[in-house]
Amino acid sequence: MIFTVILLVGLGCAVALALYAMRQNIMLFHTPSEVVTGEVPGNRLFRLGGLVVAGSVIKADDGLTTDFGLTDLNQSITVRYTGLLPDLFREGQGIVAQGVLNEEGVFVAQEVLAKHDENYMPPEVAASLKEYRDSLPGSMAEYGYETP
Amino acid sequence: MIPEIGHFALIIALCLAFVQTLVPLLGAQTHTVQWMAVAKPAARGQLLFIAISYACLTYSFIIDDFSVLYVANNSNTALPLHYKVSAVWGAHEGSLLLWVLMLGIWTVAVTVFSASLPRDMVARVLGVMGFVSIGFLLFTLLTSNPFERIFPSPVEGRDLNPLLQDPGLVIHPPMLYMGYVGFSVAFAFAIAALLGGKLDSIWARWSRPWVISAWVSLTIGITLGSWWAYHELGWGGWWFWDPVENASFMPWLVGTALVHSLAVTDKRSSLKNWTVLLAILAFSLSLLGTFLVRSGVLVSVHAFATDPARGLYILIFLAVVVGGSLILYAIRAPYIKSSGQFEIFSRETALLINNVLLLVATLTILVGTLYPLFVSALNLPSLSVGKPYFDLVFSALTLPLVLVVGIGPFMRWKSTPINQVSKRLFKIAAIGLAIGLVLPVMVAGRSTILVTLGAALGAWSIASAVYYLSKNIRLTEHGTHILHRIRKIPHAIWGMSVAHLGVGVFVLGVTFVSAFEQVRELPMQVGQEAELSGYLFRFDGVRDVQGPNYFSKQASVRVFKNGEPVALLLPEKRTYLVQQNPMTEAGIDSGFLRDVYVALGEQIDDWTWGMRLYYKPFVQWIWLGAMLMAVGGVLAASDRRYRLKLKRRRKAAAQDFHEQQVTAVS
Repeated sequence: MIFTVILLVGLGCAVALALYAMRQNIMLFHTPSEVVTGEVPGNRLFRLGGLVVAGSVIKADDGLTTDFGLTDLNQSITVRYTGLLPDLFREGQGIVAQGVLNEEGVFVAQEVLAKHDENYMPPEVAASLKEYRDSLPGSMAEYGYETP
Repeated sequence: MIPEIGHFALIIALCLAFVQTLVPLLGAQTHTVQWMAVAKPAARGQLLFIAISYACLTYSFIIDDFSVLYVANNSNTALPLHYKVSAVWGAHEGSLLLWVLMLGIWTVAVTVFSASLPRDMVARVLGVMGFVSIGFLLFTLLTSNPFERIFPSPVEGRDLNPLLQDPGLVIHPPMLYMGYVGFSVAFAFAIAALLGGKLDSIWARWSRPWVISAWVSLTIGITLGSWWAYHELGWGGWWFWDPVENASFMPWLVGTALVHSLAVTDKRSSLKNWTVLLAILAFSLSLLGTFLVRSGVLVSVHAFATDPARGLYILIFLAVVVGGSLILYAIRAPYIKSSGQFEIFSRETALLINNVLLLVATLTILVGTLYPLFVSALNLPSLSVGKPYFDLVFSALTLPLVLVVGIGPFMRWKSTPINQVSKRLFKIAAIGLAIGLVLPVMVAGRSTILVTLGAALGAWSIASAVYYLSKNIRLTEHGTHILHRIRKIPHAIWGMSVAHLGVGVFVLGVTFVSAFEQVRELPMQVGQEAELSGYLFRFDGVRDVQGPNYFSKQASVRVFKNGEPVALLLPEKRTYLVQQNPMTEAGIDSGFLRDVYVALGEQIDDWTWGMRLYYKPFVQWIWLGAMLMAVGGVLAASDRRYRLKLKRRRKAAAQDFHEQQVTAVS
């Protein structure tokens, strides 16, 4: 009897807690095209994924802030990140950034994720590229992009 | 030739695993003694052939046999020897081989230490372990053969992933697997007991040291993994709630619950159903963990699509093992009688609350880990469940758990007079609260309600463990020397107290490092100084260093406090020659009360580099606490109670045998 009551109370709490925490902390993934067409609500933390546009990486004078373009081969968004970038961050690489969109349409990243494997492409990024790959006149490598 | 021998040895091991499963299980059902007797030699033979196979793969790594695909993908002539040996478990195929090797070792250990158990029980246990082995051997041979050849063979290998070239990661997977596989013993016992319909407390007593040993291995494995991430990733974090980490943490949580509920079943013959269910769950989660991590499903569900055979096999095997055992449980559980009754204020209830909290924590982590996979399998917009979710959920559940950790030891079995216990607990609570109020101010000069709460709970757990130990020392053999009395205390009590002390140390570490850590990212010119939390970092320059299979830029950073030199830190940026990946090696000065930590970023111009500086108070307490838990486990597993029983029963068994012979002769 005691056993069942404790168990049920525990399970109830777990479900309530998980639901509450989920609602607060789920992060959606979006592509640059979705951001440009305005499908993304402002002032909300989300993940943006794509390829770092070749030749777009600009370092600010403070030596820490980096601006770069992120593209899904259709649209591209400027991403701004202040801090040390991960080891594997480079042009043409598929990455995921986490942050918010500011009023000028610049994605201010709080975190930039790049996996520790040169052949690794984040799965969401790979999926989003499929749509526009064929519309590209020429191969992805010609534009300096890694291929998934 | 050698790889082929390894491959054949693996096939022979599979045949023996079939024998080890079918013959003894049938024997136990039909009470055929000869059939049951097959279990032990089959298990030992299986281990022999797995060991041969494993040795062959290791040999191929050592002699750089790149005609073996797995070796070519994960090794290189320039790789140092110890990393060649550890590269065997550096990727999917070889780690499966390590898994079955571990399973073989645990199985043979069961054959050695089971002399005191009924014959049919041993036969069933070994049969079930054989079944698990079949599952893994088939998976290895059918979908992930480590001995596959490649033609033409490359001249040079692609090298071991640079991230894995670290001493911490050399020991981490084997310890983790020891733990995962160790739970198979408890699982096999639970299934054997369900099959035989006999579930007495001997079962629980016998399983306890095994479960604790497995739990200790898993604890050490996870701790090493966390310590490695802190050193190697350069982000200064010690836990990321990464799906791969969660996969190892869930069996640990359920294993912890199992360790505690086994105590109830052993001592009080109570909660039997629950304990059996936990044994099944702990192993199921271990299986899930192994498969999910190594098959790449956690990175993406689409990994299934790249190798559908593997994915399908995993799903079927999981369904058979987990589903099968749960069905068996559902059929047999109603017939299991738990005899011991208990009241609300009793140790049983405290342990039950502990169990429920641990299980609830496991569930919330499981949901957080699998939900994104589930969503992406349904082709809904992809999402991720990040650190904030896990931090919130887990700390909300840890607070009451640590509270119970402090109370539990003072509760008596069956029923406890409240006023007697409450007086002690008030004392401990007062100590905890006082420390919680004072310590953060001493460490950082400030505090918040949450920090006070965390510090108070950590101190409460430590105070409770110390108080409990000292009470036991006082009550043991009055008038004798203190050292004598300390020695007289059973290892089980030492084990529990040290482990609970570890919980407190861990909680203090987590509280302080998350509340008071300082980080600063900045570009630093050679000769420039930067200040952080009273420490002065001076950047002296960067030099080139040549490693065996990498070259590196090594910065030299001197750290001063109050003008006195404290440490010389040498953070590095390594580039491995084959895979060309840059890798960060942090420069860390570890201390009992704080770490100072420097990670080297990119070069900005000739004289300037990006730097990340950390001040991390009490961070070592996190791993210290975890290691204390492991030490507690070792002490508890070595309690005389288990050994004496074993000896006595072995003697009884010998006697029994002798008498039988006498009757047979007369």
